[in-house]
Amino acid sequence: MSIQEAEAKVRKIDEEIRQLEQKDAPDVDLATIKNELEKAKNTILTKAYANLSSYDKVYLARKPTRPNVRDYIENLFDHFFEQRGDRLYRDDCSIIGGIAMFRDMPVTVIGHQKGKSLEENLLCNFGMPNPEGYRKSLRLMKQAEKFKRPIITFIDTAGAYPGIEAEEHGQGEAIARNLMEMCNLTVPVISIVIGEGGSGGALALSVANRIWMLENAVYSILSPEGFASILWKDSARAQEASEIMKLTAQDLYAFDIVDVIVKEPMGNLNEHAEVIYAQLRDLLGNELTALCRLSERALLEQRYKKFRSIGDCSGI
Amino acid sequence: MEELFKERREKLNIIKNLLRKPKEEKKTANTSSVPEGLYTKCPECEQGYLSEDVQKNFYVCPGCGHHFKITAADRIQMLVDKDSFREITPRLRTQNVLGFPNYTQKLSHLEKTTGLNDAVVTGVAKVGGCRVVLGVMDSRFLMGSMGSVVGEKITRAIEYATKRRLPLLIFSASGGARMQEGIISLMQMSKTSNALAKHNAAGLLYISYLTHPTTGGVTASFASLGDIMLAEPRALVGFAGPRVIEQTIKQKLPEGFQRSEFLQQQGFLDQVVERKKMRATIALLLKLHAREAAL
Ligand SMILES: [Zn+2]
Repeated sequence: MSIQEAEAKVRKIDEEIRQLEQKDAPDVDLATIKNELEKAKNTILTKAYANLSSYDKVYLARKPTRPNVRDYIENLFDHFFEQRGDRLYRDDCSIIGGIAMFRDMPVTVIGHQKGKSLEENLLCNFGMPNPEGYRKSLRLMKQAEKFKRPIITFIDTAGAYPGIEAEEHGQGEAIARNLMEMCNLTVPVISIVIGEGGSGGALALSVANRIWMLENAVYSILSPEGFASILWKDSARAQEASEIMKLTAQDLYAFDIVDVIVKEPMGNLNEHAEVIYAQLRDLLGNELTALCRLSERALLEQRYKKFRSIGDCSGI
Repeated sequence: MEELFKERREKLNIIKNLLRKPKEEKKTANTSSVPEGLYTKCPECEQGYLSEDVQKNFYVCPGCGHHFKITAADRIQMLVDKDSFREITPRLRTQNVLGFPNYTQKLSHLEKTTGLNDAVVTGVAKVGGCRVVLGVMDSRFLMGSMGSVVGEKITRAIEYATKRRLPLLIFSASGGARMQEGIISLMQMSKTSNALAKHNAAGLLYISYLTHPTTGGVTASFASLGDIMLAEPRALVGFAGPRVIEQTIKQKLPEGFQRSEFLQQQGFLDQVVERKKMRATIALLLKLHAREAAL
């Protein structure tokens, strides 16, 4: 059973429970029945979550109800002060960033902004940045370096926006510049893939000392639709593409790209997001302390080696 | 894609791969069924020209100035001082991490037909007497896409240049990251860019030379990071491919969009350089940056 089928069943059970509650039947042991139904719900979800396919994860990673970057900022940090604009052309709302406190440490926080409704998504371009977004993020990272603040980025984008203006303003250059400049940042950088990590648009915020990934997030060279379209000229084969692309947190952990997989609760993430936040608070506490102890040189060397070792090719 | 390869195979037959070893040359001759053409048709002005004239004209159409795609070997031959090219890391092999069906076979086949190890040739050479580390992409090899071998070869070339304090010159020609190697391909973008960060921090010169077509993950990494940015005339250069943009915005793109001249207008290129001026331009730039000259 796919996760979407499981969710449909759960919705049906929820509906049954609601109807039971509305019915005024004194001879029925409502509590017991409800309890049974809740158990059934749990069994369905447990089974579905235990057997998630890669495509299920693509679905979960894209769910608009997932906590977005603003939820993470609100729940992990205090006193967020948002900084806007790239100081060159304009402000791109598909990437947000600013300064915040993590416990007693000022940090710079940057992330792709996806909306939860159509209105929100129109404002943030569905989390697909233009070059200005990457240039804003670089400005904030350079500033973080100046004030010796660690940088924490949240990755959640289908990719950089493929539009006319984006090309006119140098989408490729903006991403490339981030990749090069992030390499030499003298402060710790931690990236957390919270939903969809799509292509260069995601990579441009994730040249980090540590990359963590939510259990059901995905990170890939291209969307499965795009992948299928390029290789098989058929974007409808996205499901098939997902299964061979090796895009799950578990795949990336096996490739040594991802350092930690953050456990996700089942079902509605919004209701149970505290499970995620609690893990991230612990992780951030430990890792920021550890990384801040490293010399600048060691910090740079560690980051360089992390990416240098990916895609090793044995000589022949 | 098929069409592209067909077009290139045809071109191949009129262009001798000058650096190829005799043994491999024989193999190529066997695998190509089309006889060597006496005439070359220009895809731009659609006129036929004597292949010899096209070749003498740096594979540029004598009529309309269209720049034909050329092999890495031909470019190196045109560019470097005689007998000065020495290849570095010539043989690497991908791990095929996705276990992508038929991928390894496809690579072996391409190795045989093109004589290339992958979509880039790297080495050291002299141009106008100045030493330079070279990377030249070849789009015959899976559209010049960047997988782990391309990423590794370019990274090693950059590191070689940094270590020996040499200038670096990379000719891009690429459809972007290589789908068959998934996320590992994507990560080559940061790997190559990070190596450039070190080369840059060492105060060394990097010239990026864009040729037709350069798109996707190559545009969004090493190709866009030159101290000096050059391109061949009319080369298609962009992050998103034109078709993807058209599908997204549901309208036709303006004429000349994402071509070199457009890029220059937008402020992303120092100069658009005709192929016949390539050698002189590179020689001049290397001279202008030579430390010895400054002393
Ligand atoms: Zn012509």
